[in-house]
Amino acid sequence: MSEIPVFKTTVMDSEGIRRALTRIAHEILERNKGCQDLALIGVRTRGVFLSRRLAAKIQEIEGFQVPLGIIDITLYRDDVGRSLPKSVMGTTDVPFPVTGRRIILVDDVLYTGRSIRAALDGLMDLGRPQNIQLAVLIDRGHRELPIRADYVGKNVPTSREEFVDVLLEETDGTDLVGIRDREE
Amino acid sequence: METNAHFARKDILGLEDLSAEEILTVLDVARSFREVSEREVKKVPTLRGQTVINLFYEPSTRTRTSFELAAKRLSADVVNFTVSESSAVKGETLIDTARNIESMHSDIIVVRHPVSGAPQLLARAVKSSVINAGDGAHEHPSQGLLDLFTIKEHKGKFEGIKVLIVGDISHSRVARSDIYGMTKLGIEVTVCGPPTFIPVEIGKMGVRVTCDFDEALAETDVIMMLRIQKERQHGGLYPSVKEYARFFGLNRDRLSRAKSDVLIMHPGPVNRGVEISPEIADCTQSLILEQVSNGVAVRMALLYLLSRGAYGKAAH
Repeated sequence: MSEIPVFKTTVMDSEGIRRALTRIAHEILERNKGCQDLALIGVRTRGVFLSRRLAAKIQEIEGFQVPLGIIDITLYRDDVGRSLPKSVMGTTDVPFPVTGRRIILVDDVLYTGRSIRAALDGLMDLGRPQNIQLAVLIDRGHRELPIRADYVGKNVPTSREEFVDVLLEETDGTDLVGIRDREE
Repeated sequence: METNAHFARKDILGLEDLSAEEILTVLDVARSFREVSEREVKKVPTLRGQTVINLFYEPSTRTRTSFELAAKRLSADVVNFTVSESSAVKGETLIDTARNIESMHSDIIVVRHPVSGAPQLLARAVKSSVINAGDGAHEHPSQGLLDLFTIKEHKGKFEGIKVLIVGDISHSRVARSDIYGMTKLGIEVTVCGPPTFIPVEIGKMGVRVTCDFDEALAETDVIMMLRIQKERQHGGLYPSVKEYARFFGLNRDRLSRAKSDVLIMHPGPVNRGVEISPEIADCTQSLILEQVSNGVAVRMALLYLLSRGAYGKAAH
């Protein structure tokens, strides 16, 4: 478990994260008119925990357990070959056919859009979903690709010099979103 | 917790050079790649635009196909050079051939050569990454790694596992890679075979030596049967195939004296009825075909970990 960084601005606390996820769960159900054919797929690492929390909320609201999957984008990144390969990677685990389903892709921070591009390519290799929607906890701007989120926890204006960290109970021992300066 | 550990090697020449940590990294990465081979679309775009050359100076079906599939599943372009159809028969040297290949902008060269040490020579001469796919009686690191991967999948650990390697240890590059890898990870290795097949100084590699298969069998968790390499025999090392099979072949009678959960491995190709009887090769404890599937995942991991592409090469 890593040390909690020193933030110059706190964007969301645990209550804020909880409320944002509750709202997103409602928005997903409203937009899709229930959870027929719905499935959540989290982008490793923190998107996975957010997708589980969203699934729990949908279960509370609709009494239905939507299928959950995990996508690892390491093999789909566009910067393979720009640095030494990462020697730690997770596994994609989508235990249901994606073809014909409405997939909610879940990630923690939407920034350049490159991770989402990689995740979309990864998903397409698994089948042909009816549609793919994107849910993120934070949208910090600075897109480099024509990608937008369908569900956003919070829009946070940032400069490229800053880092946005999403800390989650499951990996970091606490729920917190903060901004810090790039370390020299 | 995710780390940013990097694998900073240009070549994979043998398990003698790799640290225990590096070996475990390859095995971890291989685990992720196994999932790709189980998909309907067995392909990821990771090595798109990179060129992998299979340079084989010795016949091989399994290893070459395995490397070829591994590269293709990573979207690399693969070219196979085999000795019978290339310039080697016209007298070109290994290094000249490799430099010519490299002029066509290869990124990774997978080489198999009958001379021990040939991949080392090649690695020094070319900028491409080199993977040793078997050199003489020296090493066969990708086979050693897939054997370790297969053991880990079944036993869940390495520390304290007992492996018995049976057969022609002297001529076996698989045995050598296995022994280097296994001893580094805490596996207790015993080698067994007729004295003519056991190198004199093998004990220095940290293994126990025995000529009594039946005695060694009782304690072991994994039996690794090696092929009698007829192509490397120049006669006189064992009286007859029949006699070899009687003393060092794995058959039902012998297996009944081993632990009930003993695992049976073989690097292939299998000489049925010589080192292993047909019913044992096909029994439920036999992992022979699983080794082959795991081989693709392990080779994907090696290709991925060596891939740096044009940008990486410029930066390092």
